[in-house]
Amino acid sequence: MMFCGTEDPFGQLGTAVLAVLPLSFLCTGRAWGAEKPLARHANLSLSFFSSSVSHSQITRLYSRFTSLDKGENGTLSREDFQRIPELAINPLGDRIINAFFPEGEDQVNFRGFMRTLAHFRPIEDNEKSKDQNGPEPLNSRSNKLHFAFRLYDLDKDDKISRDELLQVLRMMVGVNISDEQLGSIADRTIQEADQDGDSAISFAEFVKVLEKVDVEQKMSIRFLH
Amino acid sequence: MEENREDHGLAEGKILSVWMILFVALILLPSIFRVSLGISHFYVKIVIKILEWATLQIEEGVKKQKAMALENLISTGIIQRDETPMEEEIVGRCQGCFSLADIMYFSKKGCEAVAEDEVTPRFCSEELLSWNLLSRTNANLHHVSWKLAAVWVTGIIIRYCLLLPFRICLSVFSVLLLVLATTVVGQFPNGRVKGWLSNQVQMICATLGVRCLSGLVHFHNRENKPQEGGICVANHTSPLDVLILASDGCYSLVGQVHGGFMGLIQKSCMQTSQHVLFERSEMKDRHLVRKKIREHIADKAKLPILIFPEGTCINNTSVMMFKKGSFEVGGTIHPVAIKYDPRFGDAFWNSTKHSVMTYAFNVLTSWAIVCNVWYLPPMVKEEEEDAVHFADRVKAVIAAQAGMSVLPWDGGLKRKKVKESFKEEQQKKYCQIVIQNVSVENRNIC
Repeated sequence: MMFCGTEDPFGQLGTAVLAVLPLSFLCTGRAWGAEKPLARHANLSLSFFSSSVSHSQITRLYSRFTSLDKGENGTLSREDFQRIPELAINPLGDRIINAFFPEGEDQVNFRGFMRTLAHFRPIEDNEKSKDQNGPEPLNSRSNKLHFAFRLYDLDKDDKISRDELLQVLRMMVGVNISDEQLGSIADRTIQEADQDGDSAISFAEFVKVLEKVDVEQKMSIRFLH
Repeated sequence: MEENREDHGLAEGKILSVWMILFVALILLPSIFRVSLGISHFYVKIVIKILEWATLQIEEGVKKQKAMALENLISTGIIQRDETPMEEEIVGRCQGCFSLADIMYFSKKGCEAVAEDEVTPRFCSEELLSWNLLSRTNANLHHVSWKLAAVWVTGIIIRYCLLLPFRICLSVFSVLLLVLATTVVGQFPNGRVKGWLSNQVQMICATLGVRCLSGLVHFHNRENKPQEGGICVANHTSPLDVLILASDGCYSLVGQVHGGFMGLIQKSCMQTSQHVLFERSEMKDRHLVRKKIREHIADKAKLPILIFPEGTCINNTSVMMFKKGSFEVGGTIHPVAIKYDPRFGDAFWNSTKHSVMTYAFNVLTSWAIVCNVWYLPPMVKEEEEDAVHFADRVKAVIAAQAGMSVLPWDGGLKRKKVKESFKEEQQKKYCQIVIQNVSVENRNIC
């Protein structure tokens, strides 16, 4: 083709077409890159899940993680969680969001995300795997109760004090109950649970109070394959 | 040398004239008279065959690799939600008192929302059951077979090198035509001739626009088409909705003021017909808009108003809350349901992620835009009904026709935070369960 400036429209069209080709391959090059982060995560031993979790569940949850990650930097911030309307209207939304973040950090990666959700896997899944000698799985009854305990324990001192209980109660009921009523509810709860007389609820006392509660049913989410 | 150039020039001249004749005969004339030559239908059939073959390839490849179950990967949800209401879950040892276990209900609901929620997926593109050979939708798939890769590469070449330049030329032509024609018609004195001319100009440019996207639109129930003095409401997926509806009828538009390319088109349209434009963030504007709409429909000679009550683009899998403003005004509502076929290309405009130009590029490099438009029978607000209930009724009708789910959530959640009042509702509900018998509590030992 002769490139003679404005007199050769078809030459120009041809050049334009040839220019678009490499551009299009650049765009498609993006597509292959999208698979790599998941491969990295899948190779991580997500051992706290035990062997009964399926590859497709991890893939689906990774899709979910990336769709929440608006900053596209591989981690979630608190704002990313607050963007979920159903979580934002949950009275204990902030405490739940806090449970995802490790001590003192503002970002959670996929491993941390899965770790927190792992607490809610049904307990019967553990019976399928015969790993009796490994560490206690995250979704055991005891660990589920520990998760709930940590939601109350605001300062992480392994005790639920009267103040902490009041604060959490206030989150749950909003402005609909007076301070005195709330105080009496808190007092009665501590009175029933406290056995060693320190006016606070330790984890062992917490477990004792809830020994008749069907924790498996109340704190399990069925993950579909 | 000079002879060569002359021959070259003559040959080019001939090719150019052939192109022009083809262009006029195959595209311009059918658009003016709104006749379909069936080329789009044929093209779409071929693309469907290719996609079905590709699906088979992927399924076979997956069986060989025993990697992941493709059907289950996308079509079902991530978790099965527990729908038991709060009252049943929070039942302590005694009715109407607080138990330390109550926190479990909230933590479970919270984590369910983190794993999968109803609202945030509506603001990004729909996931597909099977890959449609567009590179932008293959986030989770591995290399399956060489045949598939070859077809994919051929698809790229066809779409980017053959269809894209052609579509760009055609869309540039139609935008220029729109701007010129509306400027010319805008000079005419107001009257019936101007009205008729501006209608024709709008419809021709819209039809040309649909052609340049390789658009295939099926209109159903044309007898229910919106009449003068009515309000036409439809579910909103992208600016293409306007283009598609405008190719089959003339409307006055109500919409958000845009800058740039969209602003240019808006300004040209404003020259020939009455449209209502507003700024989303202006509180005062809302009352003004309502006033203008009222005046507009009172004048029976004016074109029907086209409104998208969702207020923003949703990804065509569900219909979100209809804002009650347009349902309070009175007048007949003509619902229209628009459903795109996602296999051929994603029509949804994610305005938080893509600019108009990126979106236009994506649309122009898809296979095609195939959609169904249903005109539904007109509806009127009943005497005892309030606007919110009426809006929900219309929304249910549209969703049922298009096969989409209904969500009570506000489309504005794409950009705004959810209102505090919803949280307060949840708190109130919990209170009612916990302090059912306040006086009983004080007497009994729980």
